[in-house]
Amino acid sequence: MKNAPLLAVLLALPLFLNDFWLTQVATRALILGITALSLSFLATYLGVVSFAQAMMAGIAGYTIAYFGPNTVAIGWELPFWLSIPLALVLATLAGALTGLVARRSRGIYAIMITLAIGVAFFYLTRQNYSLFNGWTGFSGVRAPQVFGLNLRAPVPLYLMTLAVAVAALVLVAGFVRSPLGLTIQALRDAPGRVRALGIPALGPIVAAFAFSGFIAGAGGILNVWYNERISSFSVGLGPIIDILIICVIGGLRHPAGAFIGAIAFVLLETFAVDLIDRDRFNTLIGLVLLAIVMLAPNGLQGMAAALVARLRPRAATPKTSI
Amino acid sequence: MNILKTTASILALTAFAAPAMADDIKIGVISVLEGAFAGPGMDGVRGAKLAVQEAGGAVGGNEIEIVTMSSDASPDSAVNAARKLIEQDEVDLIVGPLSGSEGLALRDLSKSYPDVTFLNGSSASQDTTLRDASENFFRFGGDGAQWMVGVGDYAFNDLGYESVAIVGEDYSFPYTQVLGFMAEYCEAGGRVPEKFWTPIGNKDYSSIVYSIPQDVDAIFVVLGGADAVNFLTQYAQAGGDKPIIGSSVTIDQSVLDSQGPFKDLLVGAPSGTPTVSNFEGEEWQAFVASYNEAFPDGFSAPSIFGHHYYMSTKAAMLALEEVGGDLSDGQEAFRAALTDLEFVTPTGGTMRLDENRNGIVDNFVTEVFEREDGTLGNRVVKVVRDVDQYLGMDKDEFMAMGPVSRDNPSCP
Repeated sequence: MKNAPLLAVLLALPLFLNDFWLTQVATRALILGITALSLSFLATYLGVVSFAQAMMAGIAGYTIAYFGPNTVAIGWELPFWLSIPLALVLATLAGALTGLVARRSRGIYAIMITLAIGVAFFYLTRQNYSLFNGWTGFSGVRAPQVFGLNLRAPVPLYLMTLAVAVAALVLVAGFVRSPLGLTIQALRDAPGRVRALGIPALGPIVAAFAFSGFIAGAGGILNVWYNERISSFSVGLGPIIDILIICVIGGLRHPAGAFIGAIAFVLLETFAVDLIDRDRFNTLIGLVLLAIVMLAPNGLQGMAAALVARLRPRAATPKTSI
Repeated sequence: MNILKTTASILALTAFAAPAMADDIKIGVISVLEGAFAGPGMDGVRGAKLAVQEAGGAVGGNEIEIVTMSSDASPDSAVNAARKLIEQDEVDLIVGPLSGSEGLALRDLSKSYPDVTFLNGSSASQDTTLRDASENFFRFGGDGAQWMVGVGDYAFNDLGYESVAIVGEDYSFPYTQVLGFMAEYCEAGGRVPEKFWTPIGNKDYSSIVYSIPQDVDAIFVVLGGADAVNFLTQYAQAGGDKPIIGSSVTIDQSVLDSQGPFKDLLVGAPSGTPTVSNFEGEEWQAFVASYNEAFPDGFSAPSIFGHHYYMSTKAAMLALEEVGGDLSDGQEAFRAALTDLEFVTPTGGTMRLDENRNGIVDNFVTEVFEREDGTLGNRVVKVVRDVDQYLGMDKDEFMAMGPVSRDNPSCP
């Protein structure tokens, strides 16, 4: 319950922020954070860096677009209480399949194989017109109305995203304490010993990927509602790398790092252009990212944790894993 | 966390530090200032600035302020840029974006911001104004089909090409260019037995090169930049000798300057474009002089992007002048002025809008020629005036053709 004050502040944000800050900054950071959490979960607890998270999020987003109201006359409309679970199931399956393909790979090989999956999906969406509407993609995707409440309105969208983010963090925390989660961490630390004990590795690895697909899918659904559109650009190399950058600057030692990284990323991306000559803002973004990586090797979350630890020398060392 | 909060508050302060004067009119310009299109994108911004400078930087005593935002040519980033301009920088008008799918995205977005007027930059997707149009989205320019008008007719009647194969990048802009070409070409009696679509950025064209039918008279190449160079090189190396017809983006000075075995294929190649940098018209020469004076470090002449951002911003300036800078009542008077606006464009024609707020434009048919020193240039063969979005066809007949795609139009 030590996070209660923080949660109270986050819940009260709509009272202080105008629509721009609430939607374009806070909500967007939370959505990116949820997708990044799916990667930092895999990287932290399974020790695998996956570049296929944008694909998993994209599958959920495309499912919502295909089975929801859109303005490109492709797909058919299902009620949202069917399309949302369907999107989550498909994203989870995509995660499981990725895990099945990448189950034996580690380190740079896992990066290569998941990158190949991500880029292959990007080209599929760009060239296939019957399911993904090619280059143009889907536009006019609207978030559902629930009891007359438009979920795309700034405050409902923010509160919903916040709820999903908290739920995702709780799920991750619960998952890694479960026997399955412990097996995954054992596989990360000593795969040989786990196998020697007679524990099959396939199931836990596929389950970890499936779980990360589920989280990425939740982020993907919110993202398509936020953008009100999805196209091949939403699953291209740009978004794939953005997710990795968010995880790295946030820090991979704690799941909350993904959200801290996302806030820093969104603030930089939105306001760098106001701070410097408009033709050069990417240089500033690059320099700040470089500085974060060099000065805070454990990411912003690690830096904040170290700071807190120094201010309160007698307090117990903050838990950094599990 | 502390560092983050400090950073956030510094950033927040900077963002709020410069409140605009009440009477200022803010124009948000969205262009691509990063990645492969940064050069063209910066020229778009120059075009917009030039139009404001020529108006003296103010209209009816209201200062005009330009706020630029970059997109990375993806629709998502164009939408984010527009939202920031509207909600954070509180712009009154938006000029942009650069590319087709961004244009469609901003057209959709404009429906959520009825109090902001959107003026298209250089994006040339047909459906931006033709289907599902938005009341507050204006395009003082043509679409990709209008940019090819005159070429199909020229290829069939003047060059005598009776059948043509098409090689194009697989997305909406090439589809639209193909429509502009085929509408005239098929009507004149030409045939297009085969179309080859390739992903943008493709490197290996061998499977296409060897599939091009032997009995076609020419190849219509709808590829841009490096794609065009790669295809033409591989085609020439394989011994291909069919004449080339170029799209609006194929016959670019950078392609003409490339050292490649395809030079002989290009000489005499026609193409269609709304912007010819060395056009000799009086108005164009004046425009180039004004551009060079304002931007000594710009290109030697405005590009298609500078030209189109200029026309949109100029239209905004003229309409603002007409209403004395009055943007009240949801910009009603201003939009009425835009709708009825007529002005002389840098290419010498009269720009005006059709019922969908899309420009009725001039278009050029050009041809590649070899200069005495052996380099390649591009010269104007003819100018087609008053090209509308229906390409001169009856509206109902044109709409009945349906949206463009890989297979539409077709005349095998």
